[in-house]
Amino acid sequence: MPKTTSGIRRRSLLAASAALPLAAPHVRAQPAAVKIGIIQPVTGALAQDGEHGRLGAEIAINEINRTGGIKALGGAPIQMVFGDARSNPEGGVAEVERMQGEGVVAIVGGFASPICLATTQAASRYDIPYIVDVGVSDQITARGLKNTFRFAPGFGTVTRTALDNLVAINDAAGKPAHTAVIVHEDGLFGSGMARLLNAQLPERGFRVLETIAHPTPSRDMSNVALRIRALAPDLIIPSSYYGEFVLLARTMQQQRIRPKVGIYAVLNGAASNFRFVREFPEAANHIMDCNHWADPRKPKTAEVRAAAEATGRFWLYNIPLNYSCVRLLADAIERAGSTDRVKIIEALAASTFADHIMPYGPTRFENGQNTGARPVNTQVQGGDIKLIFPREFADAQPVFPAA
Amino acid sequence: MYSPEILLTAVLNGLMTGSVYALIALGLTLVYGVLHIINFAHGATLTAAMFAVYVLHGAAGLDPYVAMIVTVPGLFALGYAVQRLVIGPASHGDDGNILLVTLGLAIIIENALLAWFRSDTRSIDVPYGFSVIEVGTLFLSLPRVIAVFVVLLVALLLWLFLARSTTGQAIRAVAKEKTGAALVGIDVGHIYAVTFGLGAACLAVAASLLMPTFLVNPRIGNAFVLVAFTIVVLGGMGSIAGALVGGLFIGVVESLSGLFMGESLGQIGIFLIFILVLLFRPTGLFGAKA
Repeated sequence: MPKTTSGIRRRSLLAASAALPLAAPHVRAQPAAVKIGIIQPVTGALAQDGEHGRLGAEIAINEINRTGGIKALGGAPIQMVFGDARSNPEGGVAEVERMQGEGVVAIVGGFASPICLATTQAASRYDIPYIVDVGVSDQITARGLKNTFRFAPGFGTVTRTALDNLVAINDAAGKPAHTAVIVHEDGLFGSGMARLLNAQLPERGFRVLETIAHPTPSRDMSNVALRIRALAPDLIIPSSYYGEFVLLARTMQQQRIRPKVGIYAVLNGAASNFRFVREFPEAANHIMDCNHWADPRKPKTAEVRAAAEATGRFWLYNIPLNYSCVRLLADAIERAGSTDRVKIIEALAASTFADHIMPYGPTRFENGQNTGARPVNTQVQGGDIKLIFPREFADAQPVFPAA
Repeated sequence: MYSPEILLTAVLNGLMTGSVYALIALGLTLVYGVLHIINFAHGATLTAAMFAVYVLHGAAGLDPYVAMIVTVPGLFALGYAVQRLVIGPASHGDDGNILLVTLGLAIIIENALLAWFRSDTRSIDVPYGFSVIEVGTLFLSLPRVIAVFVVLLVALLLWLFLARSTTGQAIRAVAKEKTGAALVGIDVGHIYAVTFGLGAACLAVAASLLMPTFLVNPRIGNAFVLVAFTIVVLGGMGSIAGALVGGLFIGVVESLSGLFMGESLGQIGIFLIFILVLLFRPTGLFGAKA
C-alpha cells in the first residue's frame, strides 16, 4: 500500500491547474507547505470507514488550498501526510512515528477507539496536536493528554442522548415500548456501549431482556435472530459494524422476525449507511439510529456531500466529521499563526470554531472533549436517511412504532 | 433452556452453514492430500470467486447459480495455471517455498481486490434471497437449503471422479506415492495442477452458494478459511468424507455453542474440538494412520 499520498486526485489537479494562471504572477516564492498527518484504517476490517474518513479530510484540504491556504502563514498550502492504520493499534502507532519523522505539525483521524487510544498516546510523546475524528470510547479523553482533542461526542454522551431521545420519542407515541434486546459486537466499542445501555435503560423504565454479543466478522447471524424471536422484545438495540448488522437485518427479514416497536440502533455501522438502504430497502426501512450526522440545514453540508458523491462514494458520517476536524485544525493553525505544536495545542484548547458542518455550536473544549458535541437521531424512510430528532435539526417526522 | 423448536432450528442452521464450510474444506483437503501443501491463498481465492459472482450478477445480470457455468471452469483454469506456472516453478521442490508462495498470492489477491473494489461490503439482491421453505413453524432459507444439496452433490461427484475416472486414479496414485506414479508414466506436474484447479473450482461453487444470502468484501474469505483448516484437521488431512462430515459437524457445534454460550464464546467450541482432535486422534476422524 502507498505510504504517502498527496491527497490530490485527478479532478482536483485539473481544478488546481485551471486556477494556476491567476495565482502564479503574484505568488513567486510559495511559503513552505504545512504538513498535517491523516491517519485512517484503509486496509483491514475497518477499511470502509477509513476510506470515507480520508475522503472527508481530502475535501477539506483541497478546499483550504483552493481558497488561499493558511493566511497567517503567508498562504501556506496544507500538505497531507497519509498513514494507513491497517485496522489495528500497532499500525496506527507505527504511522505516528513515521509522521513524527516527516515533521507533521498535527494529526487528525484514527476512527476506531483502540486505534485512537494508541495513536493519541504515541503523539503525546512528541507534543503532536491530535484531533480524534470518531473514536467514541471515553477513555480517549479521560487520560489527561494535553495534545488530544475530540471534536465528536464520546459514547457516554451518545448513549445518554440516545436514551433521552428514545424516551422523548416513545413518550410522544404513547409509550408503546417497554422491553429491549441489546445486540452488540464484542470489541471495545460494542461491549462498552452494551455496558452503558444496560446501566441506563432500566433507569428510564425499559427492561433489558437479554444482551447478545457477537464477534466481527460473523459468518452467520441466524442464532442471534433465533434468540430475538424467542424473546419477542419491543425494541432491538444493535451496536455492530456494517457487515454483521446487514446480515442480522436480512436474516430477521427472512425469518419474518419484527420487533414489536422497532429497531433503535446506537452508533450503528449500517443503520445510517446509504449502501445498506439502497441494497436492501425493505430490510432497512424504518430502522432508527442515534449517530453522528451532518447538519442538513447548513449550506456547506450539501456542497461537501456533492464533492464526496462525485468520487462515487456513499455519504457516510466519517466524511463530514473528518472534513470538520481538518477545518478545525486549520482554524487553530491560523490563530496560532505558527506551526509550533505547543502553540497549536493552545489554539485548539481555546477554539470556538463554528464553520463546521456538524449539528453542534461553536467548539468549546474541556479536557480535550468538545462539550457541545451531540449525536442526532436518523431513520430510514422510503429509501432515504432522514434526521428525525432533535426537532430543531429534523427534516422528517419519526415513524414510531415502526413495525 | 430453549424450546425444542429453537434447538431444532439451531441444529438445522448449523447444518446449512456447515455444508458450505465442508465445501471450502473439501478444496483445501484435496490440495493437501495430493500436493501435501497448505494452500494459504484458499481464503483469498474464495473472496475472488465471490467477487466474480458479484460482478457477473451486476454487469451481466447472471443469477449466482447460473454464474457457476462461468466461474467453475474459470477458477479451475486459474487454479491449474497458477499451480503450473507460478507455484510449481517457484517451489523448486521445497514445500516451505510453496507455503510462502501461496501466502504471497493471498496478499496479492486480497490487495488487488481492495484496490479494485475498495473496501465496501457488498451484497447482491436476488428474487429468492428472502424465500423460505415453511416446515411446520420453521422457516428454512431457500438458498441455504439449496446449498446443502449442492454440496452433497459436489462431494458425490468428486468422490466418483476420484474413484472411477482415469485422472482420478492418477490423482490418487500421485497422492500415495509421487515417485512411483511418475515411474509408471503419470505426469505429476499435470496432476498437481488438476488437483489445484479442482480445489479452486470447489471455491467457485461455494461462492455461488454463499452470495444469495451473504456479503462480500476483500477480506471475507478469511472468515471461512480458519474454520476450513479446523475441519480438514478434524476430518483427516486429505479425506473427502472427512471434510464433508467434519464441516457439517463443526457447523452444528458452532451453532449450538453459539446459542448456549453466546456468539462470541461459541467460537471456543470449534477450537476446543480442534485441540481435542490433535491430542487424541491426530490423524483425524477419517484420516489414514500415519
